[in-house]
Amino acid sequence: MKYIDEFRDRNLCLCLIKKMESIMGDSEVTIMEVCGTHTMSIFRSGIRSLLPQSIRLLSGPGCPVCVTPAAYLDHAIALSETEDLIIATFGDMMRVPGSISSLETKRAAGKKIAVVYSPLDALNIARNNPDKKVVFLAVGFETTSPSVAVTAIEAKKMGISNLYFLSAHKRIPPALRLLAEDSELKVDGFILPGHVSTIIGVNTYLFLAEGYGIPSVICGFEPLDILQGICMILYQLKERRAAVEIQYRRVVKNDGNPGAMALLNKVFIEKDSEWRGLGTIANSGYAMGEEYKELDAGEVFRLKERPSVENEGCICGEILKGRKVPNQCPHFGGNCTPYSPLGPCMVSSEGSCAAYYKYG
Amino acid sequence: MDKKILLAHGSGGSLSHSLIDKVFLKNFDNPFLSEKDDGAIVEIGGTRLAFTTDSYVVKPIFFPGGDIGKLSVFGTVNDLAVMGAEPLYISCGFIIEEGLDQRVLEEIALSMTQAAQIAGVLLVTGDTKVVEKGGADRIYINTSGVGIVKKDLSVKGIETGDRIILSGSVGEHEVSVLLAREEFPFRSRVTSDLAPLNQLASDILEVDGVKFMRDPTRGGLATTLNEIAEGIGLGIVVYEDKIGVSDGVAAVCELIGLDPLYLANEGKMVVVAKRDCTGEVLKIMKGNPLGKESEIIGEVAAELNGRVCLRTKIGGTRILDMLAGEQLPRIC
Ligand code: SF4
Ligand code: SF4
Repeated sequence: MKYIDEFRDRNLCLCLIKKMESIMGDSEVTIMEVCGTHTMSIFRSGIRSLLPQSIRLLSGPGCPVCVTPAAYLDHAIALSETEDLIIATFGDMMRVPGSISSLETKRAAGKKIAVVYSPLDALNIARNNPDKKVVFLAVGFETTSPSVAVTAIEAKKMGISNLYFLSAHKRIPPALRLLAEDSELKVDGFILPGHVSTIIGVNTYLFLAEGYGIPSVICGFEPLDILQGICMILYQLKERRAAVEIQYRRVVKNDGNPGAMALLNKVFIEKDSEWRGLGTIANSGYAMGEEYKELDAGEVFRLKERPSVENEGCICGEILKGRKVPNQCPHFGGNCTPYSPLGPCMVSSEGSCAAYYKYG
Repeated sequence: MDKKILLAHGSGGSLSHSLIDKVFLKNFDNPFLSEKDDGAIVEIGGTRLAFTTDSYVVKPIFFPGGDIGKLSVFGTVNDLAVMGAEPLYISCGFIIEEGLDQRVLEEIALSMTQAAQIAGVLLVTGDTKVVEKGGADRIYINTSGVGIVKKDLSVKGIETGDRIILSGSVGEHEVSVLLAREEFPFRSRVTSDLAPLNQLASDILEVDGVKFMRDPTRGGLATTLNEIAEGIGLGIVVYEDKIGVSDGVAAVCELIGLDPLYLANEGKMVVVAKRDCTGEVLKIMKGNPLGKESEIIGEVAAELNGRVCLRTKIGGTRILDMLAGEQLPRIC
């Protein structure tokens, strides 16, 4: 990990900031980072405090926890009431409020909820508890979904019949299209997610530049990556061109990872999906495909569509669309804090509200 | 939402603090407790004693660099040491789950004896309870300790310009325990920093301008700094590039999205000292094997009233807040 420090070099950072100032002149720009890990990195490294005042950074719908609707959690919570059933989930889903409760509260009430670090852990739990049913909360973007696909394939191969997936997997490009089409949104450039792009590559984003003329750069997560990415966007703006460029060359290839994409296509099918705050977006989710229906928790446990109750006044949607910033929310810092979050943006360590609260 | 005690209430962050305020301080209310220290200073027959208690529920009970027994002894020794006391006597209470292998218990007892010898304390009384299977997770240990106060330390004497010194890199204990859990998907060689700090503490006390010491355990360095800042109503500025994080800890943190500044340590010390004696303190600390990587990591500032501010590696700034509950590993 020595190599990380090179991406945090202070003098290089200052150089980049000087460069920004010189490219910018007195114009103002708004740039949206779409990935929650970027949001977090920007806050943690104090980038906002260094940028020229005329550059505004907005946080988009890039955290899978933030965009998972309450209805999904309600399903998960309902399932946790089932006898002989273990819910396996990533840690950051624990505190997300459903309509009336959260997994964390259910665990305190004695429900079997296991925090795992990878979907393969869920597979192990299933294997070690053959008399129980295990439901894995499959949440995440194109970064996480391939490992879930692998797990599903493995489970089937091994003949494990007590592991199910409740998929809320999301695809980033359709959400970006929705944002690009939003007439109220004034974003001059996108910082595109690095991890997601290692899987899906560059082509899926071309519409941003070609269709909407928005300069976009795929960035890594270190402070220097992000600053350099911002510079690349500024250059595009100055030169009045729009392209999808890769700053994160050391990891992202033009055509992404075809192997991982093949796994995704084997297990999942594209499906309309509800995003918290953004509503239903066509083809923006992954559901278990025909071949894997018997592992689909929604099918097996016959979960019905249910209306979800979001907290009144929570403006997560507006925030995810970049129309508002967290401290414009009436609940922010008052009755909504990371200790008792009303909306997911305050729960997830990658959420905008939490980042503003913690580092603001 | 229904009010239940959550795991997060035990994490040492601000949720723990609010539980202490709302339940314990309200009910037990007395001048000792309202100091909200890790222990109390009581006077008996003209002698000032430091008195502290702590319970250990670590999982797994054996981890690289230590085990629950050693942890329970050193933990209490350290609490006393950073209060400016010489630790002397320790009690230990065991809550054991039915079915625990007796050899395991013997191993823990042996480890406690060795730890007590190293730290120069005596285990003078104890208690054992066995609960039915499922009533506990293998074994829990509570230790209490008393020691004689050698020097009164308090946040109250801290003023603007005082320096903050940290005795070494952060996060090793918590990461080693995390990695030792079977559920964790990868291996790495991080060893807990578990160690008795009483010698180091007593060396430091020799210097006149030393005002306060604290071992950043649960909630990590960030929480300790916040407690200090809150206690004095002044701000603290710390420099990210001065805070050591070993490669192993950094790698795990990058991978699952944890912040090393919030991870528990069991052999590290934060010292607040007057500006003009920092050199001397630093020299003494570096002379002790447990403090050889000591660094001045920051200073007390007037402006930030009660907040901790981190100057990042790239020269930016951000507020270093207290953590809400447990740190939750992120999705990807
Ligand atoms: S899940 Fe992946 S893409 Fe999403 S916010 Fe986290 S790192 Fe970014
Ligand atoms: S502050 Fe809370 S209520 Fe407001 S938008 Fe953020 S999460 Fe929602």
